[in-house]
Formats: sequence, structure tokens, C-alpha cells
Amino acid sequence: MAKVALSSIAKSFGPTKVLGGVDLDIADGEFLTLVGPSGCGKSTLIRIIAGLEHQNAGSVAIGGSSVDHLRPHERRVAMVFQSYALYPHMSVGANIALPLTMSRLKLWQRLPLLRQLSAQRRSVMRGIEADVEAVAAQLQLDHLLARKPAQLSGGQRQRVALGRAMVRNPDVFLMDEPLSNLDAKLRVHMRTELAELHKRLGATFIYVTHDQVEAMTMSDRVAMMDSGAVLQLGTPSQLYEKPASLKVAQFIGSPTINLLPAATAAGGRLELFGRPLALAVPLAQGEAVALGIRSEALSLVQGEPGGNGRAWFSARLRRKENLGSEYILHFDLAGRDAAGVTMRATPAAAAGVNEAAEVTLGFDETAAHIFAADGERIEPRGQGAATGSVVPLRA
Amino acid sequence: MADLALSAAPVTPVHSVLRRFLTLVLIHGVLIAGAIFMLAPFVWMLATSIKPPAEIFSAEISLWPKQFYGLQNYGFAMEKAPLLRFALNGVILCGGILIVQLLVAIPCAYALAKLDFPGRNALFVLVLLGLCIPVQVPAMPLYIALAQLGLLNTYFSMMMPFFLSVFAIFLFRQFFRSFPDDIINAARLDGMSEFEIVWRIVTPSAWPAIAAFSVFSAVAHWNDLYWPLIVISDAKLAPPPLGMMFFADAETGSNYGALTAAATILTAPLVLAFLVARRRFIDGITMTGVK
Ligand SMILES: Nc1ncnc2c1ncn2[C@@H]1O[C@H](COP(=O)(O)OP(=O)(O)OP(=O)(O)O)[C@@H](O)[C@H]1O
Ligand SMILES: [Mg+2]
Repeated sequence: MAKVALSSIAKSFGPTKVLGGVDLDIADGEFLTLVGPSGCGKSTLIRIIAGLEHQNAGSVAIGGSSVDHLRPHERRVAMVFQSYALYPHMSVGANIALPLTMSRLKLWQRLPLLRQLSAQRRSVMRGIEADVEAVAAQLQLDHLLARKPAQLSGGQRQRVALGRAMVRNPDVFLMDEPLSNLDAKLRVHMRTELAELHKRLGATFIYVTHDQVEAMTMSDRVAMMDSGAVLQLGTPSQLYEKPASLKVAQFIGSPTINLLPAATAAGGRLELFGRPLALAVPLAQGEAVALGIRSEALSLVQGEPGGNGRAWFSARLRRKENLGSEYILHFDLAGRDAAGVTMRATPAAAAGVNEAAEVTLGFDETAAHIFAADGERIEPRGQGAATGSVVPLRA
Repeated sequence: MADLALSAAPVTPVHSVLRRFLTLVLIHGVLIAGAIFMLAPFVWMLATSIKPPAEIFSAEISLWPKQFYGLQNYGFAMEKAPLLRFALNGVILCGGILIVQLLVAIPCAYALAKLDFPGRNALFVLVLLGLCIPVQVPAMPLYIALAQLGLLNTYFSMMMPFFLSVFAIFLFRQFFRSFPDDIINAARLDGMSEFEIVWRIVTPSAWPAIAAFSVFSAVAHWNDLYWPLIVISDAKLAPPPLGMMFFADAETGSNYGALTAAATILTAPLVLAFLVARRRFIDGITMTGVK
């Protein structure tokens, strides 16, 4: 088992800078997810860890020692690809066995004709077969070993790719969007299976996805990337509760966080739609800030709004979305140049709101995330020090 | 109901069926004419090979002879010319050339398609330029070199100029381009060397292209007269066309029945091979890649 340490990894393809000095320390046995929008360099980073791509600067260490000089198969990592990358002309059994035949048989023992001369080959092959069968049993592939990849469903192919990675017993599993070719239901199922596999194997997992739900549900820690840099590294709840920047806040969480335009008045006190709030930030007067409010932090206000550190504004219902256990309500902010807001509501609460009706929405001011014009998170005065540890990597 | 349907349709069904029929007739007519044009010499060769000499030179045109003379013609050809020897030479020549061509061209094509190294594109341009050079251009220096080395009149001298096929490199390179990079990367992670990746992972997927190229190569060298004529003077080493020439020069010069019988025997292996490999050949030409 092994920890993985990346120090200032940089990579460019010609003039395009893809990674700009990424530092990451991944603990032994940890499930770390790299998440971020398309094209931010996640695949490039994981391919550098695998040794399939060479970094222009920086170094990769696995298990405490640098692996920069090692070729991919010497790094004791296994990779699962989005496209599964099974060998099309080999049976499932041969696909899973291949890494073992490569490592346990010498070159001449693998050559056609010549291999018949080897005395040990028989017994080695028998050992390999036993290992393949053990892995196939774990993944419920036993009855498929003789098939070709083309004769399998997407989920089965996915499991074969997993089996081929597992059979080598690697220290580190690298997975590049392994679930994104599956349909929604299978994806949810495989999510659980992967999480259980991680627990059972105890190996280090580095998992790439651009699906924030996968990132939130499976990982010990999440590294949110954008434009070749890690914006924030932390547990899923840290990223959700204390997003270090506007980009993180917008990427993590579904529905997307609501953003309300606010401004600073005298003394750094915030004003929302012209009404003063109890919040104050260390900024000069007249600065524009964005208030981020999660959809579950909003609530319908009956009667007299305001007071007790609660902010409010009025909105008009545009559309209701029924999710079964709850509703997502979409509101327009009447007459204001701000995007609409979404709110989670119980079916009972949702029933009380009519289409096009004007209502008052309120939220607890302490639940608001405040972001400066450049997207950095700002802690309101006199509050920031008290709350949990956030690791903003971009100062 | 019927009235409604008729008035709604701009063209009556009878009309459109007729038009479709006429288009089919036209297309097939053109194709049949082309096929007759291509096949006529073969058919004529077959017909001539079973005719007695008197009928071959008669003015009237007939496909089937009045007197069946096939046995005599084929018997004479088999007896007077070592046809099996010529065919065997042809097989050795084509087989030797094809094997070396594949051994050389497949790794080259893989490197040009999938490996990143400086000068790769320049090399590929050179390959494309190589496609433009006809064999006649290097014939002279090659002949001199082979003569100096005392290698004339050997199988090797017949094969050597064709070992490196730029056409094969070009064809396979185009084919390998569509092979998924992820599979190659997976093989690297599994511990395969680039050579093993070429032969064990990429080549098995290239069967259609290999089959197509094999047909091209075999046909070209089975029928090649130009180069064997230059380097071979020993009838024992002659491949089919050169053998035919030796055969025609000797006593049989004007025995067209026997000559066409010999030609039929020497063309047959190729035609049979093509019929067997037809499906793969067509797959390869239309370039269906792997998924
Ligand atoms: N071989 C290459 N040559 C040139 N540019 C490349 C190459 N590979 C990747 N890139 C560029 O690097 C950037 C990052 O690519 P990468 O594949 O790492 O993105 P990603 O985060 O995995 O995106 P996705 O979620 O879409 O898979 C992209 O802008 C891409 O165009
Ligand atoms: Mg990617």
C-alpha cells in the first residue's frame, strides 16, 4: 500500500499550458477524487501519475520514493479507462490474465512455439488461472470468462476493466471517469460497488470525474480543479459547506448554489437589494459581492419578514419540479437584474405556493457564503476564525 | 379513401415503381457491360485452351469448340513446361515478399501512427514521396549491386527490391490511426513492450487491412514480369509470367491452345485465392476500423 505525493506538477502541450504546478498529498488507502469542468486537466494529471505522460516539471512519488524514472507498469499502479480499453480480440479471461502473464512469464515463455519448451510455464499458467478466477468471482464475472468484450454489456465491460486492474494487486488504483459510459441507474449501483471495493481492498484510489455527485458520495477527500490548478482540497462536506471560491461553490451541489448580488455600505456592512444585513466584511464601501445561498437554506416567510439575523427578498414562482420526496421551486426575482433562485421545499410547503404568485423568501444570514468580485471567499467580520478548517490552495 | 390517397400523393405509385425499375436496369446495365469488358479476355483464354488449332484460327467466333481439344492442350502444356515448378516459384516469391513486407511495414506504420517522436511527420512525408517512385527508377543500381554481390539468379534477387513497401506502410498507418489510444495505454500499464503491443494487440485488429494488402501484393508479384526478366535467366527459378515466356519461346511458339492452357493453369491459383479471401479483401478496402 502506498501514499502518493505530487509536487508542483506542470505540463504543457506545445503552447497550451494544461497543468500549472499541482501539489497534492494523497494518504495511504485514501479515496481521493479529482473533480472539475471538462478540459481542466484531470485526465492529464492522472496519466502523469500512471506514467503514460511525462510532466514538464515537478515530481511524482508513490510509497515515499520518486517514480519519475519508472515506466508505467513498474509503478505498481493500475488504471481503469472511461472507454474500458479491453483488448478486443481476447476473451474476458485472457483480458484479466494479461497483466499476470506479463509479469510472471519471461519474454521467451510468452513467444509462440518457443513457449512450449518451458517446463514451469504450465504451473505458472495454473496459478494465473486461479487468480483470474478469484477476481472474476468477486466481480460476478465467472460465467463470462470465455466471451469476447464485444459480447458484453456496458456494465459487464466495466467490471472486466476493474478485474484487469484488481488482478495485479496494485498499490494505487487510477480511474478516469470509469462510470460515465453507463446509464444513470447502473452508475448509482456501480458507485456503491466501487466504494465497497475500496473499503475491501484498502488500496489508494485516485478517481477522476466531472460528476459532482460521484465526487461527493464516494470520496474521503475531493480536489476540485479548474484550468490546471487545484482550487480546493478537502472532505466533501468541507467543499460543500465552506467553498473557497465562487467556482467551487457553483460546481459542488445540486441544484447549483443561488447567487444574489449584494454591495458593501459604510463600514463594510452588506446590503441586499438595498436592505441592510447584519453581516459585515473587511471591504471598502461600494464594493460588489455575491451572496451564495444553497437551495435548502432558503425558506418561505409567512407574515412579517426580517429580524433575528434573517434576510429576505420577494420572488415570483416560475416553475415547480416534483422529485417525489421533495420539490425544487424555481423563482424569478421580480424586477431585479439577478438570475432566478431555486429552493428545496417539502411537498406540503410546495403545495402552498401558486404559479406566478409573489412570495417572500428568507434565509439565515449565517448560511450565506460571501464571495468578492474576484471570486474569493470572504469570511464575515468576527465569524471566520471560529469555523472549521478550510484549505484554500490558491491565495 | 383511395381517391384521397391518390390526390395526396404527388406521384402515382405505378410511376415511382417504374422509375425505380429503370434506374436499376440502367445501373446494372453499366455494371454488366463493365464486367463483360473485364472478363472477356479470361473467357477467351478459357475457350481457346479447349479448342483444336484449326478452330482457333477459324474466322467464325464461337465460345464452345466443335471438337473438344482440352485434354490434348492441357496435357501438352503440362508435359512440355514445368508449370508446377513455375507455380511453386510464384508461391515462394510472393510468400517471401509478403512476409518480409509485413514484418517491416507493420512496426513502421505503428510508429508513424501512434508514437510521438521528433521528425515523425517529415518521415511520413518521405513515405508518401516513396509512393511516387516507380520500380523502374532504381532498377539499374539494384541490378548492378546484385550483380556485384553475385546474387543474380537467386530467389533473393527477385524479392529484395520489394521488401520495403511504402504502400503497405501508408495503408497500415491509416488503419492504425483509428486504433484506440486507451487500449495501447492499458497494454503499456500491463507491462507490454511496444513490440508486443504491435504484434499482440494492434496487428490482430488489422486483419482486414492485412488481407487486402496481401491480395494486392500477391497479385502484383505473381504477375510481375519486368523484374524477374532482368535478374533471372535460369528457367528453374522463373515465376509464372517469365516461365510462360520461356515456354512460348521454345517449340510451342504458335501452339496457342497449349499456351492458353498453361496460362489458365498459372492464373487459377490467384483467382481461387481471391475468391476465398473475397470478404476480407472487401472489408479491408472499405476500411472498417475496430470499435
Ligand atoms: N495530447 C494532447 N495534445 C494537446 N493538447 C492536449 C492533449 N491532451 C490534452 N490536451 C489538452 O489539455 C487540456 C486538458 O485535457 P484533459 O484531458 O486533462 O481534460 P479533462 O479535465 O480530463 O477533461 P474531461 O473532463 O473532458 O475528460 C485540454 O484543453 C486538452 O485540449
Ligand atoms: Mg478526461
